[in-house]
Amino acid sequence: MKKVYPGIEDALADVQDGMSVMIGGFGGSGAPIELIHSLVNRYRETGSPRNLTVINNNAGNGAIGIAAMIYAGMVKKMVCSFPRSSDPKAFTDKYLAGEIELELVPQGTLAERIRAGGAGIPAFYTPTSYGTLVAEGKPIAEFDGRKYVQERWLKADVAIIKADIADTKGNLTFNKAARNFSPLMAMAAKLTIVQARKVVPAGEIDPEHVVTPGIFVDRVVEVSDPKQEEVLLREGVKA
Amino acid sequence: MTTKLSNAQIAWRAAQDIPDGAYVNLGIGFPEMVAKFKPDGREVIYHTENGVLDFGEAPAEGEEDWDLINAGKKAVTLNPGASFFHHADSFAMVRGGHLDVAILGAYEVAENGDLANWSTGPGSVPAVGGAMDLVHGAKRVCVITDHVTKKGTPKLVKKCSLPLTGVGCVTTVYTSLAVIDIVDGRFVLREKLPTMSIEELQAVTGAELVIDGPVVDLIVPEV
Repeated sequence: MKKVYPGIEDALADVQDGMSVMIGGFGGSGAPIELIHSLVNRYRETGSPRNLTVINNNAGNGAIGIAAMIYAGMVKKMVCSFPRSSDPKAFTDKYLAGEIELELVPQGTLAERIRAGGAGIPAFYTPTSYGTLVAEGKPIAEFDGRKYVQERWLKADVAIIKADIADTKGNLTFNKAARNFSPLMAMAAKLTIVQARKVVPAGEIDPEHVVTPGIFVDRVVEVSDPKQEEVLLREGVKA
Repeated sequence: MTTKLSNAQIAWRAAQDIPDGAYVNLGIGFPEMVAKFKPDGREVIYHTENGVLDFGEAPAEGEEDWDLINAGKKAVTLNPGASFFHHADSFAMVRGGHLDVAILGAYEVAENGDLANWSTGPGSVPAVGGAMDLVHGAKRVCVITDHVTKKGTPKLVKKCSLPLTGVGCVTTVYTSLAVIDIVDGRFVLREKLPTMSIEELQAVTGAELVIDGPVVDLIVPEV
């Protein structure tokens, strides 16, 4: 078993044109900045990967992280719940110009669709969005006198996520609220690539403390002093 | 003489109805203000969609940990007994009916409890976040809002004109002029500013105000 990769570029080598990419994080909390910017740099140098469908709660803030991907022109479509932020210009301009697609998904439905994708459940029913524009075209069913909307699972070619500690078997812990969507995305992608602040030998994470078991993780790369999106934004860092 | 309540006063009034021990989700922006007015002696546990139960106040400037934020992406602190969990568990708390109270803002509320609060229609970037989940999850779904729009048109209406967040989901509306429960598809007036007659209040409300039981004076301290 070899899950630990020495370099970010190698770990990301199989991210290719046209893929769907789940990216962990809620705003800057949990955003895998080094993985994202490695993809942006490769795109700038080689023109690939492009035409990506990016799945995240948001659609970027300022000019780094997912916003940098959008500015660079790598993103064909965003699947998210809240494409607004303190500086949403990257997404807003392209969206209003018709240059990027948006699939708007209520946040709980987004989480559950990803969980369902990872758990092999092709569809489920939820009261969320019943009677709204978001439910248009979706099957409706009544259970015990209440109406529910059918939602489908959401899977992806790749997930790129940020963990706090990873072990050599891919078991993960997270830092505070930075876990958010990442454990779900790790389950729902064919290839899950993790940047971890620290990589330790198997056995060093107490099994009681493992949040994401290694079965959901394919590749791990250590990024020992990871950048924090919110801090970069406050420092005014540009892409 | 009070002609209408300030936002802080509306938030104060909403806070008085949160019972001891309640699990509560406060929407981004104005609803976050409700936490400031929790009555002394009550313990309230706040939930944030991004995976924290029992977060506390904002840290001092310079003390922020940007992995520890709320749904509004603001840095928060933890109370003793706080917990972290992933997004599917977070929304199981919401959609599974485990939250006692959700407090949201509104563009419009209809007399049958329909809420519109996420989209002002074409030409803007739509963003729904967790609102469509929250309105179907919490046992009580409360709205805090000005009674009328900036142009003076009613926000409490017969039927919403803007895209809906949820159908028949609102329990109580706390406005700058009144407290109104939604019961069986009607606005039932519970409290109103003492300086206003029911007729005056009705004139700025877009659907019938039903009197069913006592109407109490809405008296809020300067906060």
